[in-house]
Amino acid sequence: MFQPEYEAMQPADLEVLQLERLNTVLSRVYEHVPTYRAKFDEAGVAPRIRGLDELSSLPFTVKDDLRAAYPYGMFAVPLHDIVRVHSSSGTTGQITVVGYTRGDIERWGDMMARTIACAGGTADDIVQVAYGYGLFTGGLGAHYGAERLGCTTIPISGGNTKRQVQVMKDFGTTILACTPSYAVLLAESAAEMGVDVRELPLRAGIFGAEPWSDNMRKQIEALMGITAIDIYGLSEVLGPGVASECLHQEGLHVNEDHFIVEIIDPQTLQPVPDGQRGEVVFTTLTKEGIPVVRYRTRDISRIVPGVCTCGRTFRRMERVSGRTDDMLIIRGVNVFPSQIEQVLAGIPGVAPHYQVVLSKRGSMDYVEVHVEVGPDVPFDEIKTLERLRTRVASEIASALAVNIDVKLVEPKSIQRSEGKAKRVLDLRNEGSA
Amino acid sequence: MVKQLTVFLENSPGRLAALTRAIGDAGINMRALMVADTAEFGVVRIICDDPAFAQSVLEAAGYGVTVTDVIAVVVPDRPGGLADVLEVLGAADINVEYAYCFVRPSGRGAIDVFRVEEPARAAAVLSDASMRVLTQEEVRLTA
Repeated sequence: MFQPEYEAMQPADLEVLQLERLNTVLSRVYEHVPTYRAKFDEAGVAPRIRGLDELSSLPFTVKDDLRAAYPYGMFAVPLHDIVRVHSSSGTTGQITVVGYTRGDIERWGDMMARTIACAGGTADDIVQVAYGYGLFTGGLGAHYGAERLGCTTIPISGGNTKRQVQVMKDFGTTILACTPSYAVLLAESAAEMGVDVRELPLRAGIFGAEPWSDNMRKQIEALMGITAIDIYGLSEVLGPGVASECLHQEGLHVNEDHFIVEIIDPQTLQPVPDGQRGEVVFTTLTKEGIPVVRYRTRDISRIVPGVCTCGRTFRRMERVSGRTDDMLIIRGVNVFPSQIEQVLAGIPGVAPHYQVVLSKRGSMDYVEVHVEVGPDVPFDEIKTLERLRTRVASEIASALAVNIDVKLVEPKSIQRSEGKAKRVLDLRNEGSA
Repeated sequence: MVKQLTVFLENSPGRLAALTRAIGDAGINMRALMVADTAEFGVVRIICDDPAFAQSVLEAAGYGVTVTDVIAVVVPDRPGGLADVLEVLGAADINVEYAYCFVRPSGRGAIDVFRVEEPARAAAVLSDASMRVLTQEEVRLTA
């Protein structure tokens, strides 16, 4: 544990700390951020609460608030005090900008150091940071954490997969930080280069920035011979380091001394009890540059009930199972693409890479899932392939409760992303097919 | 017995051309090629002079390749020639999954390729019935 004085706090002490920090944040944003002053005034609530149970009376912050304030409108300190900016990728609209004070960078480094320590990391580790460096928070976020923990840090950034494999082998990397889909690509490339990652010193990976499944975790762990740790973060709240699994891999400990996590029903916007799935909402408690109050992440998760045996008392959120806005509504049924990945990982003979293509047949939604034939299928006989296709189609259909067609495609023909994987192609608004 | 390569291909224009060009560019000479197709995908079965090399070339080019043992039998060029061969297999209770044939440039008889459950036993019963079962080396030399 990197900071046991916080990570193993008694819940009662944590509550006192959270309330005190929250009231400081509320008065600061009311004072310095016009968006919040307007929100609080409009809702008729004071920027001060008496107990954490009053949190749900406060207004939400959404992505559009940050877009409307582009670039610096939500900053709570003068630019003089901002030492760094990052931005979101802008894949779902106009980019948003977040700013960090020197203190923010310090605390972020602490939180990412906790994350690497959660994966069993120490100052003796060699960390290969294969998240992209730049405006994306992943690279620099992991980098500062690795340095804070005292690890030997390899700032290789994303891309150039062959060189990644070479460096991993030659430099003796023990911990890999990248997106899970890039980890699969790295393992595949290593195999093509005749490098067996399982023989290398690599022993853990901290993977995040995109949704993945437990089956994909098992696949990565088997391919690389490592423990794969799920990490969570988003630039609007911090970047990587908001929450991380420990070696027990039973949910991600939220850094509750720095954030209050809530789960709400995305329709009613009311908090749901622990254990129930809903949209994750964060309030920052220590961010100076751009604090957010009740930020709606659009990520779907739940609080894992109970206390972890690792000694950390921070509550755990379950691995994010989808996005409220990735959620596909197909013939009226709510579908998360991650469910498809879970099914595929359980079927021998297909790769976990897939693409969902949505179109219209007349007025009906038509779903085709493209699935790669794995290298181990004895596909000489057509009947083997037809059986495989039928099995994939029926298992996906029963998991999603929606009928779909499956198209088998050539190995490695589905685009591998070096960042966030593009799983869905929605052609429903482009005229009938 | 003969090594047959099977390549999985998407059923779309240009895919077969690209595959055969990759084989040609590597200097590999095909003896036979058979395409089995469905609406969406096809499998291409290839007999060539150097299957191990061809497999490595195709895999390096990103194709999915499997290798299957098949038997190649010389079939006399007369009515009933193929039926004679199949009757031997049938009598030995050997089921044929699929078959295709290619003609030797010398023009003396055709070569039929059979995919069966037990290729080694099939080759043995055919040899016992005085049929000529080709080896990989003989296939290489048929050009």
